[in-house]
Amino acid sequence: MQEFVEFTLGGISDGVIYAAIGLSLVLIWRGTRVLNYAQGGMAMFTSYIALVIIDAGGSYWLGFVVALATGLVLGAVLERAVVRPTIGKPPLNAVIVTIGLLILIEGVAGIIFGSRNRSFPTPFSIVGAKIGTFDLGPGASPSAFFAAGAVLAAAVLLALLFRYTSVGLRMRASAFSGTVAQLMGVRVGRITTLGWALAGLIGALAGMLVTPQTFLYPNSMDSIFVLGFTAAVIGGLDSPVGAIVGGLILGVLLNYVTGYVGSNLPELAGLALLILVLMFRPSGLFASTATRQV
Amino acid sequence: MTGAASLAVTGLVAGYGGVPVLDGVSITARPGTITAVLGANGAGKTTLLRTISGFVRTRSGEIALDDVSLARLAPDRIARAGVAHVPEGQGVITELTVEENLRLGLLLRPRADRGAALEDAYRRFAILGERRRRLAATLSGGERQILVIARALLSAPRVLLLDEPSLGLAPKIVAQVMDLVRQLRDDSGLTVVLVEQNARSALAIADRGVVLNLGKIVAEADAAELAADVGLRRHYLGF
Repeated sequence: MQEFVEFTLGGISDGVIYAAIGLSLVLIWRGTRVLNYAQGGMAMFTSYIALVIIDAGGSYWLGFVVALATGLVLGAVLERAVVRPTIGKPPLNAVIVTIGLLILIEGVAGIIFGSRNRSFPTPFSIVGAKIGTFDLGPGASPSAFFAAGAVLAAAVLLALLFRYTSVGLRMRASAFSGTVAQLMGVRVGRITTLGWALAGLIGALAGMLVTPQTFLYPNSMDSIFVLGFTAAVIGGLDSPVGAIVGGLILGVLLNYVTGYVGSNLPELAGLALLILVLMFRPSGLFASTATRQV
Repeated sequence: MTGAASLAVTGLVAGYGGVPVLDGVSITARPGTITAVLGANGAGKTTLLRTISGFVRTRSGEIALDDVSLARLAPDRIARAGVAHVPEGQGVITELTVEENLRLGLLLRPRADRGAALEDAYRRFAILGERRRRLAATLSGGERQILVIARALLSAPRVLLLDEPSLGLAPKIVAQVMDLVRQLRDDSGLTVVLVEQNARSALAIADRGVVLNLGKIVAEADAAELAADVGLRRHYLGF
């Protein structure tokens, strides 16, 4: 019983990270049909920025805020400068460009920050809570609660933005039908940039939350990105809610596999889940059933 | 509404790829009138509207809303200049609710006017008021057509471009839609450019009519005159 609770809580705490990466991918995919392979690399880079500030004597929170702000700006700048020219070209162009960006960002990070593993601070303890002698594990630590709370808060804020603001309506209209949005006077280009900026911010948040566990090095986000991508696909790539649920399902499943079956199997299990979803529900668990007008 | 405007298209050449679809088209829609653009499939009617609203590039020629040139502007800028385009068949965003679709039309209005304008629309189109919380995907074809026209009107346009509003609708609904277009001219003084295959219904409400064939204008006259021209009707209009 204790193991089950520990694995479940650990799974949720891992899952929110995958959910955050998945969410950032969905934000971009919905608006532009581009899968941003550089999302993990961007998050790695913003985490380095935070570490520089923290190492220079700034507080964790200063580093945290600057990392998120950098993610926001980085997303917007990369969209405008590098991704925008690929729109309207064959889809493969955008794929190549974002993969190229990933290689570039990881290379630049190696040049600037070096390639050795750097430890990364957490603002809160990673020691799990106990109820009497019942140990809930690291999934119930203040640090894990902070991660879950931060991702949840980001998701709720995004949902409120989408649902209740005119910018949110513009974003949704542009995502569902760019043509109709333009007919209604929406500056779709700006909305796309905003989508990338928000994705950059959410990605940076994920980087800050996961890096204490993975250490920081130029490739540190690669495997997290793959799992975040899996989370987004489980959710249907189009659905922000789907990405979050997908991330949680994936996190919990992988923790069960690690705990009950073997610690070298979770990647395999993640892949198996991805294949199952693609076989039986190829548009994901949360994709809308309405046909899309192209 | 900032008052009806005239829309003047002069010597317009436009198209996709190598061959121009529109080959020197000139049309003037006077303020507060309905101009019907008629012709067979492939005549260039839809391309004409898509060029006016900026989705197809103008190669040469001029498009002017009163004295403001629209040629080669981006579609969102043309929309903000006061041209509302109701595209053929598919202007509804089915993933959004009826009200969210209407709110898209309000984006071009000052914030303070939006609430009143929306209530006006619900008064005028009661069916939309009843279904405001439902996804637009649940509406019938006729209701969707009403929704896209209502949404276009909410943007307070100076010129309304309607592409085949009767397409796929039952005859009774077609009559209602045409009636609505006529009211928009009579009550609000809106300038309307109406593209239709259903020439008979369109000419019944239009002031002027032009007939396009293979990208060129082959006839232009008062609507009643066109409707009375038996040869033209047989040859180009099919009724």
